[in-house]
Amino acid sequence: MTAAPETALVAETVAEARPRRGKWPGRRPAGRRETWRRALRRDWQLYSLAVLPLLFFLVFRYLPMLGNVIAFRRFVPGGSVFGEAWVGLRYVEMFVKDPNFWSVFGNTVVLGALTLLFCFPLPIVLALMLNEVRSRYFKRFVQTVAYLPHFLSIVIVAGMVMQLVSVEGTVNQVTRLFGADAVPFIQAPDWFRTIYVSSEVWQTVGWGTILYLAALTTVDEQLYEAARIDGASRWRQTWHITLPGVRPTMVTLLILNTGTFMAVGFEKILLLQNPLTYPTGDVVSTYLYRVGLVSNNFSYAAAIGLFEALVGLVLILSANAISRRAVGTSLW
Amino acid sequence: MTPDLAEKAGELEKPLVRAAPRGLDDSPGYRVFRVVNTALLLGVVAVTLYPFLNIVAQSFSDEQAIRTGRVNLLPQGFDLKTYRFVMADPAFWNGYLNTVVYTVVATAIAMALTTVYAYVLSKRRLKGRGLLIGIAVFTMFFNGGLIPNYVLISSLGMKNTLWAVVLPNAISVFNLLVMKSFFENLPSELEEAAVVDGLSAYGVLLRIVLPLSKAVLATMVLFYAVANWNAWFGAFLYFDRADLFPVTVYLRNMIAGASGADAVGAGGSADVAQVSANIKAVTMVLTVLPVLVVYPFVQRFFVSGVMLGAVKQ
Repeated sequence: MTAAPETALVAETVAEARPRRGKWPGRRPAGRRETWRRALRRDWQLYSLAVLPLLFFLVFRYLPMLGNVIAFRRFVPGGSVFGEAWVGLRYVEMFVKDPNFWSVFGNTVVLGALTLLFCFPLPIVLALMLNEVRSRYFKRFVQTVAYLPHFLSIVIVAGMVMQLVSVEGTVNQVTRLFGADAVPFIQAPDWFRTIYVSSEVWQTVGWGTILYLAALTTVDEQLYEAARIDGASRWRQTWHITLPGVRPTMVTLLILNTGTFMAVGFEKILLLQNPLTYPTGDVVSTYLYRVGLVSNNFSYAAAIGLFEALVGLVLILSANAISRRAVGTSLW
Repeated sequence: MTPDLAEKAGELEKPLVRAAPRGLDDSPGYRVFRVVNTALLLGVVAVTLYPFLNIVAQSFSDEQAIRTGRVNLLPQGFDLKTYRFVMADPAFWNGYLNTVVYTVVATAIAMALTTVYAYVLSKRRLKGRGLLIGIAVFTMFFNGGLIPNYVLISSLGMKNTLWAVVLPNAISVFNLLVMKSFFENLPSELEEAAVVDGLSAYGVLLRIVLPLSKAVLATMVLFYAVANWNAWFGAFLYFDRADLFPVTVYLRNMIAGASGADAVGAGGSADVAQVSANIKAVTMVLTVLPVLVVYPFVQRFFVSGVMLGAVKQ
């Protein structure tokens, strides 16, 4: 799933989880801090409701994080989850020296950058266009259609893409119309990025507008009136009122998108790629899938995966820090 | 329902997007812009819908017409024999049934866990609440990764069992946050009154909060059900036996087989035979059909569900 509409909610919740000590106004007056014993006695039923969900997070989210130690230990299939013996940085060294790794790393960066370049701004443009529509029915119709691809299985999307770009598919019919030769797109490394990014845009752009449309409704109507009285054209109103109005949403989304930069659509790439398109279409996550699960090299693949996750974490932390300094909006 | 709540429920029904501010500035330039804008939006609609229409047209066409590139928007050589052929395949129905079972079980588990945790998180007075939120939110930014997850599921003995596809994604943090913010906006006086009348926390949740939260519960059921209906990777990864595959994995093996991709993966996807294009199209149409049928009716809920979390008063 693409993570588009999580923004404002996440930003607010992250802020909420931040410890409220010192300069943050606490809810309780100082000196009357509730003890755990009292809280437990009063709210034990609430805490008991949290037990199963916490168990879920512990087992299916935090245990795998710890499981990453197999990146530093030799894993024997059937042996301990945490591996059998320490091997230090052996597997880290392995991928640093692995030319395949650097090639897939490059592909990941290129695909991630292209995805960000197209999938981030286009929903804003579409939302602004929708915002200018006066007929409520037409607007609702466009929205209904635009959201639809979001609810499709990746498998269906991949299937549709393959049909469309097949030698006799619609895309090639159009190229023939213009006198060009048919291209076997799905086997062509040169076309993989185009195919991936355009299918990603097709699938996500409509759903991505939801948040911007929501943000647009919160822009103060009076600002537009004031601007009109001052003689501002529609363009100037959009530029000076609408866009600044949705800026917090844009920044939050940008930070979150940056965080998922490395995890470019693993499932879709896995479905769309084939050995012929590996030169441009193989990314870190698909490479580690093959190394780990197809060739059974678990520890090596775990080292690659850990590296990928850490890069993602560093990216989101730095994007957040930069945006807090530069524009004053941040997740935490 | 108190007037307060009626209003809240009414809010969900309200149009989600306000019409653009009506301008006094209907300059000729702006009129031109509006025509261009409408045309562009119609273009977006056409491009979005085309792949669907193309697949539907293919599903009713004969193989030869697809191979020679004659099928675009309208079926060529209309017939239903491919539908009959696919629907006569026991493997297809088996996959379909599996998908239904996985979707129902996974959605039920997910709803139970998400609801109770969201309820706990919505109690502002709860000590340790920030920590409980943090535990959930951190998993949005950092995760164990493919390999440790695979090793975990294997060593829990969940491979080739239902649990491998219904448990690992039981709580979506995004859905959790949407529900939490909905619960927070319920009037606390009602719950306080119920406590005074002697209801326990469980009682308040079951008898007061849940009946007032039908809108958000419906949205969440839909989110989870669609996600589970569409899921394929977990099953692909953890199931070795073809009789356990959901219809999405059945379809992926079909597509992968015909595209010449190496049929790797845990599944015994040995059927690398060429699958004819119209059979693929029919399978795709049938797989996506339930989502397409339900979509127009639930779209409003989906959208309000997301907005519930996205906009704060």
